[in-house]
Amino acid sequence: MKASLSESLRGAATYARSVVSLVHAGAGLYHERTTWRDLPETRRAFLQWVEGSDERGLGERYAMLVDGGISRTWGQLLVTTRLASDGRRRYDLRHEADADGSLDDLSVYTDPLAARHLATETDDGDYRPLKTAPTLRTGWVFPDLSGEQLVQAVDFFYPATVANWHREQQGDLDVTHWRETAERQTGIYDIVDELSGEQVEWLAESCCVDSQCLKRRQWDEDADTELDVPRGDGEFPCREPCSVVVAAARNWAVLEGETEREYTLTLTPSEKNQLEDIIEAVADGRTDEIREADVYDGANRYRARWLRAKRFDEEGGLAGGDAADDE
Amino acid sequence: MSQALVIVAHGSHLNPDSSTPTFDHADTIRASGAFDEVREAFWKEEPSFREVLRTVEADEVYVVPLFVSEGYFTEQVIPRELRLEGWDVEQWDSDGTSASHTTLTATDVAGKTVHYCGPVGTHDAMSDVIVQRAESVTGDPEVGEGFGLAVVGHGTERNENSAKAIHYHTDRIRETGRFDEVEALFMDEEPEVDDVAEFFESDDVVVVPLFIADGFHTQEDIPEDMGITDDYREGYDVPATVDGTNVWYAGAVGTEPLMADVVLERAAEAGANVGNAISRVRAETGGVVGD
Ligand code: SF4
Repeated sequence: MKASLSESLRGAATYARSVVSLVHAGAGLYHERTTWRDLPETRRAFLQWVEGSDERGLGERYAMLVDGGISRTWGQLLVTTRLASDGRRRYDLRHEADADGSLDDLSVYTDPLAARHLATETDDGDYRPLKTAPTLRTGWVFPDLSGEQLVQAVDFFYPATVANWHREQQGDLDVTHWRETAERQTGIYDIVDELSGEQVEWLAESCCVDSQCLKRRQWDEDADTELDVPRGDGEFPCREPCSVVVAAARNWAVLEGETEREYTLTLTPSEKNQLEDIIEAVADGRTDEIREADVYDGANRYRARWLRAKRFDEEGGLAGGDAADDE
Repeated sequence: MSQALVIVAHGSHLNPDSSTPTFDHADTIRASGAFDEVREAFWKEEPSFREVLRTVEADEVYVVPLFVSEGYFTEQVIPRELRLEGWDVEQWDSDGTSASHTTLTATDVAGKTVHYCGPVGTHDAMSDVIVQRAESVTGDPEVGEGFGLAVVGHGTERNENSAKAIHYHTDRIRETGRFDEVEALFMDEEPEVDDVAEFFESDDVVVVPLFIADGFHTQEDIPEDMGITDDYREGYDVPATVDGTNVWYAGAVGTEPLMADVVLERAAEAGANVGNAISRVRAETGGVVGD
């Protein structure tokens, strides 16, 4: 008798909970079907995307929204959508690396404007001129944003990514390829159109791959000449070479104007390997990770200092015969 | 009709402080509630001029350049990058300092009207900001009597309008008679800021560079050129004495909070409905209300 009473009480509680969930989800659905109708299209499309309406059915989606929420990443941002008791969505926005961080461990923000300042520097305090570089700082959270605030914050972290993503979804992303961008430049950037197709490949490989930028490169040399460099797997597209890339291209256009010369250097095979190690370490941004006493790594500081002590002449450069000097 | 304000500025790939004044003035205007949306855009940062218009939802967009003078950026780069349809500098009908606004569309965004305004640096209200900067740096709201004021520009740039803007404000402030002397000085041409003490009789001279943001020029070059410090990294005194003259160096005028008022005035003149935001922002940022 006792057991069956507690069983039926448990059953009733479960039932009551599921009724509450159902009412809760119903309020959410009502909200989605009414208020969202008036939202600007781009914003609505993004809010639907963050809760995966392209990936799961209505029932599953609402079950998840009521129970724990739905999470999705946008670059390094992690967005979690939940239903508040009145059926409105509330959004938690944080760095994906802080997925499990509690509010006590993270700096809590409420105003989306704060995103602009959070996006300015890396965890090490270095300035981030390229907002979509994979160097977003960690340790912060916006735990309770409205839909409008979420989109605003995301646009401060990764400007124009939502608008461009939406245009792409609609099939009308306007891509401006390298040649057109280069030819448009004036002033000190006038010379960037001198880069050859091969040099444009190097440009994209230097700056645009996923390890350097989270946008998925959609521009090519021109509409008919695809670059071989991987476009990247990012959620949001890059529709045109950015100012960082144009500024870098300018310097390369200047440097590439030099004529090549032959140099005769004397190095041991290990020293040649070491030069390669140093270039690799700098190019991969790995110098910080090399341990102080790891003299087995060619890019280790002591190793580099040894090479400098041994091979640099009084002028502070690599001692070696310049073929042109002998002429 | 919803309306958006877009503040366009230079920005920097190297210096994070370059965009700080733009953000600060945008925030002041956001808080005033005069616009449905306010967005910053940059030549060197993001959103770029190319993509900013697509980030705003409003139908009426007021674009105000946070630049000190008319010239290469306001006449060529910004209209080209915003893709303003049919832009022609003649539409501003400017003598070099009198551009107000023009109304266009942009091929980047269908259905939006873009009101393209002249730069903040040549607006009459900028003279007030220069004076306010002098008040801020001296800590004296009445500063003027017994003081000289130097307005400093870059000089020898791509066009002559940058010097025109400096002279324009210098003349306007001189005419008010508030300061004993007002002179225009330049970094790279005569009369040079290096010899600031020579151009003034007054014992005290406030030096205000007409620059939007603090950076290399205002924090390193000008202080060292004037001799108020030997090494910019060590900072300088305010005032610092050079050849018997007390030099009150103000740093970039663009960091003065009252700049937000100039942005608002530009947009209002182009037809934005800003209600009483101008007088509220002036009151908040220390300007004279109802001026
Ligand atoms: S041009 Fe390259 S580096 Fe710049 S935003 Fe696009 S993908 Fe990123």
